[in-house]
Amino acid sequence: MAKMSYREALTETLHQEMANDENVIVMGEDVVGGTGSAGGPEAIGGVFGVTGGLFGKFGAERVIDMPISEAGIAGTAAGAALAGKRPVAEIMFSDFIGLCMDQLMNQAAKFRYMFGGKATCPMVLRTTYGAGMQAASQHSQSPHPMVTAIPGLKVAMPSTAADAKGLLTTAIRDDDPVIFFEHKTLYGLQGDVPEGDYLVPFGKARIVSEGNDCTLVATGRMVSFCEDAANALSADGITCDIIDPRTTSPLDEDAILDSVEKTGRLIVVDETPPRCSFAADVAALAASEVFSSLKAPIKTVTGPHSPVPFAKELETAFLPSPVKIKTVIEQTVNFS
Amino acid sequence: MQLAREELEQAYRQMKTIREFEDHLHREIAKGTIGGFTHLYGGQEAIAVGVCENLRDTDYITSTHRGHGHCIAKGCDVNGMMKELYGRADGLCKGKGGSMHVADMDVGMLGANGIVGGGPPLATGAALAAKLDGKGGVALSFGGDGSCNQGPVFESMNIAAILNLPSIYVYENNRYSEHTGASYVIASESIASRVEGFGIHTVKANGFDFFEVHEVMKELIAKCREGNGPCAVEFETTRFYGHFEGDPQNYRGPDEVKNDRENNDCVKIFRSKVTEAGLLSDEDLDKIDNEVINLIETSAEEAAAAPAPSPEEVTTDVYVSY
Repeated sequence: MAKMSYREALTETLHQEMANDENVIVMGEDVVGGTGSAGGPEAIGGVFGVTGGLFGKFGAERVIDMPISEAGIAGTAAGAALAGKRPVAEIMFSDFIGLCMDQLMNQAAKFRYMFGGKATCPMVLRTTYGAGMQAASQHSQSPHPMVTAIPGLKVAMPSTAADAKGLLTTAIRDDDPVIFFEHKTLYGLQGDVPEGDYLVPFGKARIVSEGNDCTLVATGRMVSFCEDAANALSADGITCDIIDPRTTSPLDEDAILDSVEKTGRLIVVDETPPRCSFAADVAALAASEVFSSLKAPIKTVTGPHSPVPFAKELETAFLPSPVKIKTVIEQTVNFS
Repeated sequence: MQLAREELEQAYRQMKTIREFEDHLHREIAKGTIGGFTHLYGGQEAIAVGVCENLRDTDYITSTHRGHGHCIAKGCDVNGMMKELYGRADGLCKGKGGSMHVADMDVGMLGANGIVGGGPPLATGAALAAKLDGKGGVALSFGGDGSCNQGPVFESMNIAAILNLPSIYVYENNRYSEHTGASYVIASESIASRVEGFGIHTVKANGFDFFEVHEVMKELIAKCREGNGPCAVEFETTRFYGHFEGDPQNYRGPDEVKNDRENNDCVKIFRSKVTEAGLLSDEDLDKIDNEVINLIETSAEEAAAAPAPSPEEVTTDVYVSY
């Protein structure tokens, strides 16, 4: 084990996988940073610093600064993947996925199916998401439900430094296209990360904590919010299962359903608006599969049906919080 | 015309195969035998064949919604394609793709494409892969005049230019972006003049003449293989059928298609050129015609009789593993 940040775990993984397989290439806006400018290449190594040092080690052929052309980046990655490469493309903010949606939803996601199982598109699209930095409506969204809804794509959302490494390694070696969501407030999060080759399988949830009274399902930053809420209730004798699915596609349905059968209560926490959301999807799954186990209505804690606002007070009002989650746990456990 | 006899026969056979394939579909779709949305390539054969006769199996192409001609020219199996069009279990894509998604990775055919402008970004990526592989491979996208108005196409050409990729952008200007005049929807003087703005070497050529297409592409593809960066071509052409099968084509001039069929039919032009030059005789060409007509008839009979996919196939091939 090595102590490192979520960011460092991602950087280490990119270095390891580029060294392991010469077909792995990295491309995106400013992933080198400074190409074509007076300061020379590798001025920044990505706006969040994740791709730092790659250019120096692997060179301009495999670490490619791209123009601000999200559709072009996603399409170039998809085409290179069809032709045998393993591109890791970066879309700086997941809000910009709107610009490249055709290449994701109509091209990469569907090649294998449309072409009768004879094509593979082993690309990873890394992107940042989430509110909490006052980045306002176009730099704070969490569009994972949109891509989770698309058959053919896989979706990973690490919540710890160890999972950042384990899930990214799996994503790069996976033969299907993967959308990899990095929460921008988690880059500095420290954790113990296994050294060397470390893979976390897709579709296998992390059981964050075990309890008896309520099941909490959350991904990314919301996992630690759930832990804080549950910890605040442990003195009252209320204990919770906290489940981090790690990947929303494939989804570890068994882990969620087994837990709900045990606790009889479910709260899903997600920082997106509620309509057609991941939270609504998990709630519907439990309602249809383990209805007879339920002792209380299923609840979701999500953002409201609004864009993410700028002002600190408004952004706080938008986001789920440990306090909001704690209140909903209490209501659910006390339901009668 | 420096092509050997076998090359001329092969070119004619390919053009004629596309023509017969499309004419067959036109008849069958009118009868209701084949479902879905189909866009026929008839009239443009000289381009697909003139381009692809210069490519290797290891080179890549991306195609369009009007893609059957590109598929045949790049070497997709005609029987497999026919079965795909009929939605059969052993179609080239197991009946899951249909007309707009015919593909064959084994011959570098990265797919017809239902999205106008969907292919050029993919060809750009395939060109990046070819460049990294360093074996002189190229990637080429076919697109119509409509695709030149899509933003991702602009992005791709710019990316190819800055990265000096071995990619080739072929624009087949058949005068209509679906049903709307290309001269109206394209603000620049031509597609070629616009593409030049990306710093890409671009030529305009006559797409009715196989020999001109072949000659132009031979030179461009050779330069591209040598690492001279991307290039583009705008070919003038026509389509004999509508945007889609069922299109009433009331937006076309009264004698426009008739005139094109009489004077701008690339198959007829090829025939008269090779016979006048004494390179191939009418008998040689008639023999190929008969072989092709036979091939299409047999392939259609087999496709009509072939089994449909089983319902369980609806959820296979979504992922490699899930």
